[in-house]
Amino acid sequence: MTNQKEPLIPAVGVVTDIRMDTPDVKTFRVVTPEGKKAFDHKPGQCAMLSIPGVGEAMFSITSSPTNTEFMEFSIKKCGCVTDWLHSMEVGQQITIRGPYGNAFPVDTEFAGKDMLFIAGGIGLAPLRSVINYCRHYRDRYGKIDIVYGSRSMQDLVDYQEIIDEWSQDAGVNVYLTIDREQPEWDGHVGFVPNYVKELGFSTDKIAVLCGPPIMIKFTLAGLQELGFDKTQVYTTMELRMKCGIGKCGRCNIGAKYVCKDGPVFRCDQLDELPDEY
Amino acid sequence: MRKISLSKLDALFEEIAAAYALYLPVDTKAGAKFERWEAGKTLSDALNTVRSAKDFFFPQTENLMDFKMEGKNIEVIDTRSESEDFVLFGVRACDVKSFEVLDRVFLSEPADTYYQNRREHGVILSLACTKLVETCFCGTFGIDAASPEGDVVCHKTEDALYLDAKTEKGQKLMAALESVTQEADASAVDAQKELIRERMAKLPLANLSADAFGDGKTSEFFDAPEWSELSQSCLGCGTCTFVCPTCQCYDIKDFNTGHGVKRFRCWDSCMYSEFTKMSAGQPRLTQMERFRQRFMHKLVYYPTNNDGLFSCVGCGRCVAKCPIQMNIVKVMKKLGGREND
Amino acid sequence: MQEINCEVLVSKAAELLEKGTVDRVLGWKAGEFDYDITPAVFYSEQELRDGFVWNDFCGANFSKYLIKETGKSENKVLVFLKPCDTYSFNQLLTEHRFDREKVYAVGVPCNGMLDIGKVRQSAEGIAAVREEGGKVVVDTLYDGSISLDREALLPDRCINCKSKKHAAYDELLGEEGEVVSSARFDEVEKLERMTPDERFAFWQGELSRCIRCNACRDVCPACTCEKCVFDNPASGVENKAAANSFEEKMFHVIRAFHVAGRCTDCGECSRVCPQHIPLHLLNRKFIKDIDSFYGEYQAGAEAGSRAPIVDYKTDDLEPAEAVERGGEHA
Repeated sequence: MTNQKEPLIPAVGVVTDIRMDTPDVKTFRVVTPEGKKAFDHKPGQCAMLSIPGVGEAMFSITSSPTNTEFMEFSIKKCGCVTDWLHSMEVGQQITIRGPYGNAFPVDTEFAGKDMLFIAGGIGLAPLRSVINYCRHYRDRYGKIDIVYGSRSMQDLVDYQEIIDEWSQDAGVNVYLTIDREQPEWDGHVGFVPNYVKELGFSTDKIAVLCGPPIMIKFTLAGLQELGFDKTQVYTTMELRMKCGIGKCGRCNIGAKYVCKDGPVFRCDQLDELPDEY
Repeated sequence: MRKISLSKLDALFEEIAAAYALYLPVDTKAGAKFERWEAGKTLSDALNTVRSAKDFFFPQTENLMDFKMEGKNIEVIDTRSESEDFVLFGVRACDVKSFEVLDRVFLSEPADTYYQNRREHGVILSLACTKLVETCFCGTFGIDAASPEGDVVCHKTEDALYLDAKTEKGQKLMAALESVTQEADASAVDAQKELIRERMAKLPLANLSADAFGDGKTSEFFDAPEWSELSQSCLGCGTCTFVCPTCQCYDIKDFNTGHGVKRFRCWDSCMYSEFTKMSAGQPRLTQMERFRQRFMHKLVYYPTNNDGLFSCVGCGRCVAKCPIQMNIVKVMKKLGGREND
Repeated sequence: MQEINCEVLVSKAAELLEKGTVDRVLGWKAGEFDYDITPAVFYSEQELRDGFVWNDFCGANFSKYLIKETGKSENKVLVFLKPCDTYSFNQLLTEHRFDREKVYAVGVPCNGMLDIGKVRQSAEGIAAVREEGGKVVVDTLYDGSISLDREALLPDRCINCKSKKHAAYDELLGEEGEVVSSARFDEVEKLERMTPDERFAFWQGELSRCIRCNACRDVCPACTCEKCVFDNPASGVENKAAANSFEEKMFHVIRAFHVAGRCTDCGECSRVCPQHIPLHLLNRKFIKDIDSFYGEYQAGAEAGSRAPIVDYKTDDLEPAEAVERGGEHA
C-alpha cells in the first residue's frame, strides 16, 4: 500500500519512460521521486493513477511483481485521464495509490499447472503481469500457451517483448492472430475465439482470459466446447471506480465489488452474480 | 439516569456547549434542521429533521486534499485538521441506527479516516420519538423508537428530559452535566416507552415486513419483472439518495481553483445516468437498472455483505420527499414484503 | 353539472380502451396513503379499477412523460391533463418533443391541488385526507379528525393559478374554466423592490439549501435535453454537489436562463424541491420581464407559438432600451 492509513491520499510518482506500443496504447514506467518502486503488488492487482485537475482512474499494473525496480502500465487512449496521460512527456509527475483488488491465485490454484493465457487487444495488459510472473518462476508451472489477438499487427501490445522474450522461452508457445489480412503479416488471421477452438487445447490446464466483453463471451463458450469447466477459467473485470476500496458504491456486480472482491473472478463465480457488467 | 426540567433546557445546552460544539434540530422556514446551538435557539418539536444526521459524519461535500502543480511536479497537500469534539443532540432512533450502517462501510478495512475522525469526535445524544407519523417504519428493521441507541439516550416527557448514559463517551459528557441535572428513577421513562411501543404497533406501516429480503436473495429478486413497473415513472433524480440517512455512495472530483487543485468528495447517486458510465460502456443502461440497484443494495446486497443488516432504517424521508412518490415501502410490498396480518 | 370524480375518469378511460382509441392510460396511481400518488401506465379497465386515483393530490404534470411514452408504441396513449398541464403539453409540441398523433388528451378540471407539506404543518400523523363540505378533513394518528380550510393548503402555484382553461385537449370532462387574472407576479415585484444586496441575500438564503438532487430539472417539462450539460463530465460544469458556494447559484440561474421563454410556470420545480426552495420565482421573473419587454406572452398557450426571445421582429425592443426599462431593477 502507498499509504495504509490514508487510502484516498495518493503518493507522487514520476513517469520515467513512455513506450508507444500501438497507435493508441502507450506503456508508462512509474517510480517514486526517489527512483524506487512505489509499492509491492500481486499479479492482477490495480492502481489508481491521477493527474490532479484532470481526474483519477484505475489501471492494471502490467509489470510483474518480480520487477522490484519500477511499475509499468499499458494504457489505451479512451477518455479524459488517458488522453492526458498520452499527451505527457517523460519526467512528468503523476499521483499513484494502491495496490487494489485481489490477484490471480498464482501460488495456489495455478501452482504446478499448465497455463493457457488468452487475450484480445488491450486485454493483454492485465495478463502481462501474471505471464511474466509465471515466466519468472518458470519451474513452478507446467507448459505455458499464450493466444493473443488484435485488430491488426500494429495493435498488438508488447509485440517486441512477445517476439524477443516470450517466444524464445522453453515450454512457452505463443500463438498470435490478427482480425484481418495484412500484407506484412504472415501469421494467423482470424478472431481469437475461433483460433482457440482451432488450436484445440487439452483441458488439463488453467485458462486465463482477458479482452473485450464479446471476446470473453465467445472464448469462454469455445473453451467449454473443448471440454473446459468454468472452474478452470479465470478472467479479470473492469467497471467504473472512484475509491478503489469498496466504499464509493459504483463498481458492484450484485453484492461483489470489482475493486475489492475482484477484479479477478473465476468464471463459475461470475455465474453466481447478476448479469450487469 | 439523570433528569432536567424542560424549563431548564437552556441551562443544559449551555453546559454542553461549554465543552462541545452542540448541534440540535431547530425549526427553520424549510422544516427542522440541525444547527449549532447558541443562546436563543430552541429545540424543534418536529419528529425529524428534513436532512438526515449523516451530514455530520459524511458531509455532502468535503475537501480531501489539495495539489500544488509546478511544471512537471506535483505536491500533495493534506488539508485536514482534527475534528472538534461535538455533540449531536436529538438524533432519532432511525438516524442513530444509520450510523451503524455507515460505520460498516466507512470503518471496515481500510477505514475512511475522514469519516473515522468525525465519528470519534462526535457524541450522540439520541431522543426517543413520541409522536411517530404515518411514514415511519423503523420497526420493520428491528429499530425501537422508544429505546434508541446512542452515547446518551434521552426521553422527553411532559415536563422533563431524562438522560441515560450508555457508553464511555456518554458517561464523560454526563459527568460534566452533574450540576444541571438530578438523579431520577426510570418510572416516567418506562411509562413513556410503553406508550411509544403502543403507538408504533398502530402505525399504518407497522406490519411492513422485510423478511422476504436479505442475505443471499440476489437471484430471487434481480430479474423480477416488477422492477420495470416500479421504475417506470422514476425521474432519475437523486432526492431519495440525498435525503436518505444510509445512502453513502460518493464521487471524487477535482476542482481547479486557478491557483491549485482541490480534490473533493461529494455525495453521488446510483440513480444518476453517469454513475457507472465508462468510456468502454454502461452496465446500467436504463433507469430500470439504476432504480433496481438502489433497492437491491438496501435490501439484498448490503445485508449479504453485513450479516443480514438492512441498509434502510425506515425513517420515511424518501416516502415524504420523492417527487413521484415511489419509495422503498412500495418496492418492498410489490416484491414480496408481505404484511403479516 | 356533472361532478368530475375518480369514477368519471376511470369510466372515460375504460371506454377509450374498449373502443380501441388508446391502448394504455397515463394516470395517477394510488399509493399507501391518500396523498402519495405515482404516475403510472394502466393497460386495462381492471388495472384502472384497482389502482387509478383522482383526488386533491394528483399534482404531477404528465406532459413530460409523453416524450418517453409515445416513443414506446405506435398506438395512442390516453393522458389526463389539468389546465396548467396543457400549457406544458403545447410547449412540448412546439418543441417537437412528441408526436401529437400518438396522444389522446382528456382535459380534466382542477380546483387546485393540495400541498401535503402544508397539511403536515397542521396535522401530525396523517391517517387519511378527504374533502367534506368544502373543508379538508384529516384523520390524524393522535388528535382525531381535524377540519382545515382548503385555501390554506394550496401550494403557491395553485394560489396563483393562471388558468382554469385548458390550452389543449381532444376531449374535455366537465365544464371549461377561464384564464384567471392571478397575482402571480406580486412575489416577483416584492423581489424587484429589494436592493440588489437584499435580493442577493434572499436568493443566497434560499439556494444555500440546495442539495443538487436535480429533482427540479428532472421533473421540469422544459428540461428535455437528452444529455444535460450538468451531466456531461466533458462540459466542465458537471457537478453533483457544490464545489463552492457559487455552484448552486450557477446551476439554478443557468437553468432559469435555459427555460426562459419556454417555461409555462407550471410550478413543478417548486412542488418537488425537497428543500422548499421557491424556484418558480426565478422563472416568473423571466416571464414578467419578457411580458414587459416584448408584450404579454404565455408559453404553451398555443402550440407552435414562437417565444419572443427566439422570434425576431423589426419593432423589437433594442437591448439598450431593455436595460433602461429595467432601471434600477435590471
